[in-house]
Amino acid sequence: MSFFFQELVNGIVVGALYSLVALGFSMVYGVLKLLNFAHGDLYMVGAFVGYFVIQWFGGPKALAIPVPLLLVIMFVLAALLTGGLGVAIERFAYRPLRNAPRIAPLITAIGISFFLENAALLLFGGQYRIYNTPDFIPFSTGFRVGSVSVDAVQIMVVLLGLALMIGLRELVVRTKLGKQMRAVAADREAAEMLGINVNFTIAATFFLGSALAGVAGVMAGLLFNQVTNTIGFLAGLKAFTAAVVGGIGSIPGAMLGGLLIGIAESFITGYISSTFTNLLVFALLIIVMLLRPSGLLGQVQLQKV
Amino acid sequence: MNLGKQPAAGPQVGIDEWVAREEGRREYLPSWLGSAQRAGERVGWWPRLALAAAAALVLPLLGLGGFQLQVGIDALVIALLAVGLNIVVGWAGLLDLGYVAFFGFGAYGFALLSSSQIGKEGIHLPSLLAVPIVMIGAAILGLIVGWPSRRLIGDYLAIVTLFFGEAFVEFTNNVAPKTLGGPNGIIGIDPIRSFGYQFTSNESYYYLLVVVVVLTMAVLRLLDTSRTGRAWRAVREDPLAAAAMTIPVNRLKLMAFAFGAMVAAVAGTIFAAQQISVFPTNFDTPVLILVYAGLILGGAGSIAGAATGALVVMVIYDGLLRSPTDSGYLFYGLILLTLLVKLRPWRRLGLVLAATAAFGFAAHSIAAAISSSAVAGRPASAGWIGSALRDWVIVPANPQIAGNWGFVLLVCMLIALVQVQSWWRTILLVPTLYLACFVWETRLAAEPSITRQLMIGAILIVMMNARPQGLLGQRRVEALT
Repeated sequence: MSFFFQELVNGIVVGALYSLVALGFSMVYGVLKLLNFAHGDLYMVGAFVGYFVIQWFGGPKALAIPVPLLLVIMFVLAALLTGGLGVAIERFAYRPLRNAPRIAPLITAIGISFFLENAALLLFGGQYRIYNTPDFIPFSTGFRVGSVSVDAVQIMVVLLGLALMIGLRELVVRTKLGKQMRAVAADREAAEMLGINVNFTIAATFFLGSALAGVAGVMAGLLFNQVTNTIGFLAGLKAFTAAVVGGIGSIPGAMLGGLLIGIAESFITGYISSTFTNLLVFALLIIVMLLRPSGLLGQVQLQKV
Repeated sequence: MNLGKQPAAGPQVGIDEWVAREEGRREYLPSWLGSAQRAGERVGWWPRLALAAAAALVLPLLGLGGFQLQVGIDALVIALLAVGLNIVVGWAGLLDLGYVAFFGFGAYGFALLSSSQIGKEGIHLPSLLAVPIVMIGAAILGLIVGWPSRRLIGDYLAIVTLFFGEAFVEFTNNVAPKTLGGPNGIIGIDPIRSFGYQFTSNESYYYLLVVVVVLTMAVLRLLDTSRTGRAWRAVREDPLAAAAMTIPVNRLKLMAFAFGAMVAAVAGTIFAAQQISVFPTNFDTPVLILVYAGLILGGAGSIAGAATGALVVMVIYDGLLRSPTDSGYLFYGLILLTLLVKLRPWRRLGLVLAATAAFGFAAHSIAAAISSSAVAGRPASAGWIGSALRDWVIVPANPQIAGNWGFVLLVCMLIALVQVQSWWRTILLVPTLYLACFVWETRLAAEPSITRQLMIGAILIVMMNARPQGLLGQRRVEALT
């Protein structure tokens, strides 16, 4: 039984990570109705930012500043940089295509994803960069319940993820910006007529969504320890899966979808075989798409005539 | 806007007036490019195909061999894929991101049917039997993958097909390692054999591919101008309206998938036979993006555009960017050509070029005065370009780090360049040009394998923003805005 719970814990931790990426992805889809294929690559950029922050402050073995401060700097810097990058991408590549046929921004997004992946290869090289998290956050700083162990990084990932998700939900439900986002998502033209600055709202959404991806990237670096330029693609795919399973455009849906994918992946790896994990996750997605294209919590959209 | 010949007066018999006026609603390239386009069009589609085919057949006789021939073979395979993808994306308007899986299916199918992989002796079917079997299998697979397109539209279909493509790579990597070979793939595939002839040399595969590509283009041209082709375009423009006009929308979508899959499978069989081996990585996302780049560059919706675009992309990607001399010519040639086409009037062009040259010499002498190690490196371009630029472009002793920062700065400046207007753009162009040369000489020319991937991504982004109809595609002037 302890194996079951250990896998469950791992699944929830990874699921929290996927939820964060899926959340940003889902937000962007909500306002722009665009599948941002470059989202996974922003996650990769975030992971690299975290790595360079560690190196900047003396490397994992000889940190010049206390660990909590380091973590704060990593997360904030990654969020700001990826957020800015997301806004730049939107301004440069997506805004001119806002009224183009749907296929045009999609192909642009694929191009941006490919460009970012290879720009990272040019700048950082193809080798794996290692965070060496255990050197500054030892495994022993967690707690154990019976034979199930939870280390500090895992707790932090889940708590931070949860806090960000709740914060985002409050932002969308309670603030003026959130209201504007919902209005733009519902009907962009009508929102514009009512005096909402659509360009600003979309840029803000891109900033928030991309920043979430950046934070998730740092988390992934801390959890999995390895960073390279290709991690973004698979993470992006998993995030699509999570967002779609939960119902694209819905915030609780993205959270639920992320958790489900994370747990499912963990159990498949633990009980069946790690070689089939991706294949089964993809199969799961295709089945969900066929049976319920609007996802678990999404609303069925009627096609307008 | 530069409209072509005037529409025929009055409706023509048997042709809807809107269709009849299609010629008149075309937009041509600016200036002399447009004149060349019109001249080309006067020749007609079939003679142009014949001319291109004849040119392709003559090329090996002019002394192309070895490496160039391999580039030609790869380019033709990608061109065949682009032509097939054009059916699904260009005509039916369905974004199929799993297209490379059909290519892989064709290659793996042919590999299993004509190698020693299955059983003790293996299956060694004659190619005239194996290729049709693989094509029929691919068409059925296309129907299955296209089935969700009945319900899913747009983005959802894109995701499902993308996952299908990824699942194919995972499948060949992990499932049934004894039969499919896992990451080690299948090796020792028979050559294509028919009528007592074995295709073994690269020359023979080049000629075979030229014939197959031309035949496919001819068949697709007939299909394009047929009832089915028109129905596809109707489905692309507006599925609902098409359904209202009693066009069987779902059946047409499935047909597009099946035809596309069949073309991809043919490309796969030839690819497998020519390579003698197949590996899962041959059918991964980069190949998909390569095919898309070709299709988008040439223009989705046009057969000739898809083929030409793919050929151009592949010749640059596989051929020119491999050699430091050729890639230098390509880079500076492209910059000059873009400036020539985009910068008007001539005075402005001359001003920008002169200013860039002056800027370079000034920057070089300032950098040399500050520190001698800042200009200690050599430009990465070989030949006379490199030596001509020695006193112009700054290449530090350690070009890698400076080049990386230059690259980041260059991307920022390109974004800024698009945002600003009129004279500011011209002024900003000068340092951007110099920076581009700097990044090229310090970093990009030294890393051709990364540069070519960056180029593919840039093609997709820039083409979609600047000219979504592609170089040869037709821009349709829409009736409704």
